[in-house]
Formats: sequence, structure tokens, C-alpha cells
Amino acid sequence: MKEYMLIFRHEDGGKVASPEQMQIWMQQTMDWLGTLTAKGNFEGKGNGLLFDDARVVHHNKMVTNGPFGEIKETLGGYVVVKADSVDEAAEFAKGCPVLQGEGNTVEVRRLAKDDGVH
Amino acid sequence: MQQQELIPHLFRTEYRKIVSVLCRYFGFDQMETAEDITSETFATAAQTWGIKGLPPNPAAWLYNVAKNKAKNHLHRDSLFANKVSPAIRNTTPQFYETEIDLSPQNINDSQLQMMFAICHPAISPEAQIGLSLRILCGLGIEEIADAFLSNKETINKRLFRAKEKLRELKIRIEMPDEAEIDARLAPVLTTIYLLFNEGYYSVSQNKTLRKDLCLEAMRLCTMLVENTQTNKPKVNALLSLMCFHASRFNARVNKNGEHVLYDDQDTSLWDTDLISKGAYFLNCSANGIEVSKYHLEATIAYWQTQKTDTKEKWQTVLGLYDRLLQTDYSPIAALNRVYVSSKVNGKEQAIIEAEKLNLTGNQFYYTLLGDLYTDIDKDEARLNLKIALALAKTDMDKQTIQKKINKL
Repeated sequence: MKEYMLIFRHEDGGKVASPEQMQIWMQQTMDWLGTLTAKGNFEGKGNGLLFDDARVVHHNKMVTNGPFGEIKETLGGYVVVKADSVDEAAEFAKGCPVLQGEGNTVEVRRLAKDDGVH
Repeated sequence: MQQQELIPHLFRTEYRKIVSVLCRYFGFDQMETAEDITSETFATAAQTWGIKGLPPNPAAWLYNVAKNKAKNHLHRDSLFANKVSPAIRNTTPQFYETEIDLSPQNINDSQLQMMFAICHPAISPEAQIGLSLRILCGLGIEEIADAFLSNKETINKRLFRAKEKLRELKIRIEMPDEAEIDARLAPVLTTIYLLFNEGYYSVSQNKTLRKDLCLEAMRLCTMLVENTQTNKPKVNALLSLMCFHASRFNARVNKNGEHVLYDDQDTSLWDTDLISKGAYFLNCSANGIEVSKYHLEATIAYWQTQKTDTKEKWQTVLGLYDRLLQTDYSPIAALNRVYVSSKVNGKEQAIIEAEKLNLTGNQFYYTLLGDLYTDIDKDEARLNLKIALALAKTDMDKQTIQKKINKL
């Protein structure tokens, strides 16, 4: 089994949704991860990345506010899953509720391991 | 995962608490700030709880995060006011007192005060309901648009104008004076009642939303009953009325999502808990001197929960309708009265009474005439039901009327 990071890119939900909708997303995410956990593909590694109080440090060490959640390409969170192949990991990603939002994406990337091969 | 079932509407119930407290703190001038901070709090929760699981005390977690976000906001604001602004022009630095009180007492007070502020007579009833749905019920703009069968732009504009008005008139978020309470309570109760009806009779197709609207209305009314200042007889009457109606939720719609008429409802699906609650509040409402329209409607609603078909019952209900029409005439109540009259005085007599109403353009008028004529003159019945069918707006109504025509 290899480890893959599923990276969520989406708009900041706080700007567009009602509490009820956010609660639904939250439950869907928990259900989705619950299924992965039950199959042994998820070990609880993951987190949401908050939009408020964020900073971007630029190459000249200039610090700006942001990124802001107004665009769909913003990084919103990640989870790490265990899968035999990138295709299997991509199958898992298909169940992610983030994808219900048009334009949102889940990126699937294999974690580098210190095994001399990768 | 079980915790989820324990907090089915946590977000919605907590939204209004947080937004009310923040709004009272910031004032209507910065109402949007209060709303933004609250929304951000829920976004943060959705982002982290979804992945990491629920915190041990979700509500406390929300309060804490909201408090911190508000503090950050105030800090940034005062930084601007005290450091940036004076550099530009000479202003006296102001310091915010940054303790935001999210104690149960303050939450409750803030919500009640918010209710009175939003239901201010200065803004239109439509806007009052809209704002109530947004601020006190935490509904999204899209959901409100759905409830009003409108679009997002219209609702946004309506809410924007209402907020402007609140600011313009410098409406304060506070309880009215004791002497004023009764007068100010009237629009609050109207809003709650309309909110309930919006859910109960709504043309919106979204069933869960509709049920939620009713439950929200009942929650708001319960808050008024729980507060000594606002625990008035007519508030109890309104709550009683809503309990009685809500008791039939599960019986009103069948497995295929079709509307089940009162006469065909399976009474075992009626919620007896809500019926006894309704009776309890009806009892509580029976003091004081005023018999409000809510009293009359609640008593009628009580009789609707009794499926006995005795002459005495219909006689009593007819009397109640007569009084209701005297105090608060509405075409729907008049039509309902005719139906009851048919039970007491017979269909021929009821037809005469109905035709006097002459409510052309009202589908329910023709549906009622169709029903009354059904056993007397089938052609006349068909004619009336066909007009009703042409006037009907929702698929559910059309289905119901078509079924009646087929039965003839």
C-alpha cells in the first residue's frame, strides 16, 4: 500500500452557503472518510486549511494577506489515504463531497517515501 | 458517527444565537460583519470537523471560534482606527471593549431583542420574514428564494433594503418597554405565523425545507413563551395552533410524496405528543381578557385533531369560525366556514352561502363548490373542479383536483 494525499481545491464555503448546507457537507465528508476508515484506507491523517488569517510569503520575503477563498483553485484541505495504485486513490477521491461544487477539484498525489526509490 | 445524530440541526440552531449576540454587540451598522463572522465560524467548523471529527462540545467550540474571530476583527479595526486613521487625519483613538458575552442568558436576550428589532413595523412584512429566515433561522439566500418562489437577486435586494431601513431609522436591538410590548408583539407573532404558513402551505417543492420552516417558527414562539415578559396568552395560543397543525405532518404526505387530504389521513400517523403539547399551550392561553384570532384558530385546530363526526363538534367549530370572521376576515377562513356549515346545515344551504362569497379567481372557492356539488349535481361539480384545475398553481393541487374529477 502506498500513501496518497488527496488535495481539495474549492471556494470558501462560508461565503456562499447556509449553516445547514455546511453541516450537510460536513456530514458527507465524515461519511466518506468513515467508509474509507472502515476499509482500512484512512488513518485519520488530514485537516482543513482555514481561509481566515492566512498569509502568503513571496520570494523577496514580502508578506501579504491571502490566499483568499474567492476562487475555486484555493487549497481548502487534504487527507492522506492508503491505496495500491494512483487509480485506486483516484477512485476514493471520486466520493469526496468537495466535488459536488462545480469547478472544484481533488488532486491525487503520492507521498514521497524515504526508501531510496522515490 | 453517532454524534452526528445528536446534533441534527446544530448549525442552524446555533447560527441565530451567535449572529444575534454579535449583531447586538456591533449594532445594525455592522450587521454584515456579524453575519460574515458567523458564516466564517461555520465554514471553519465544516472544514475541520468534517475531516477531524466532531469536537467534544460542538456548540462551545463554535462560540469560542466566533469569539476569537470577532476579537481578531475588532483588533484589526482598532488598529486601523488608532494607528492608520490618526496618521491620515486627527481623530481621537477609540478602544473597543472586546469581551463578547456568549453566556446562555445573553444569547437568549439577544435573540429576543433581535426578533423585536427585525419585526419592526417600519419594514414590510415580506422583508420581516426574509430577515427572520436569514438572521434568526440561518437560512441561505437560495433557500429563502426557494421558500418565496423567487430568485436570489430579488431576495438579496429585499434584505439589503430592509437592513438599510433598520440603519436609517437607527433601530436599536433591545426589548420594547413593558407598556409597548403588546403592540410590538403583534408583528412578531404575525411574522412567526407567516413563517409557519410559509412552510405548511408553501408552494415550494422542497419538503424538508418546508417542515424546517414550521419547526423554526415553533422554536421562535417557544422562546417567547419561555420569557416572562413575552409569555402572553396570545403567544401561547399561537404556539398551540402550530403544535396542532404540525401534528399532522407525517399524515399529510404519502409514500409517493402526494398530498393526503384531511379526510383520507391515517390518524395513527398523527403526532400525539404534539397534540398534547398543543392542548397544554391552549390551556395556558386561556387567561386574560383578550380572545385573539390565534385563540380562535387554535381552538378550531384543536377540533381538527378530533376526528369525531358529531353535530356538536361542527356546531362549535361553526361558532368559532363566525367569531374569527368577525375579528379577522379572510377569504380562506370564509371558505372553511362554508365547509363547516355544510356539515351543520347540509350541502344545499352551504352552496347558497358559498356562492354569495363569489370568490372568482380563487381555486379553493371552485374546489369547495365542486366538493359540495359532488353528490347533488355531477355536471355542476365537474364544471367547478375544471375551473379550479385551471387556476391551480402547484402540481400537488392539480393532482388532488384531477383525482376528484376522476372520482365523479
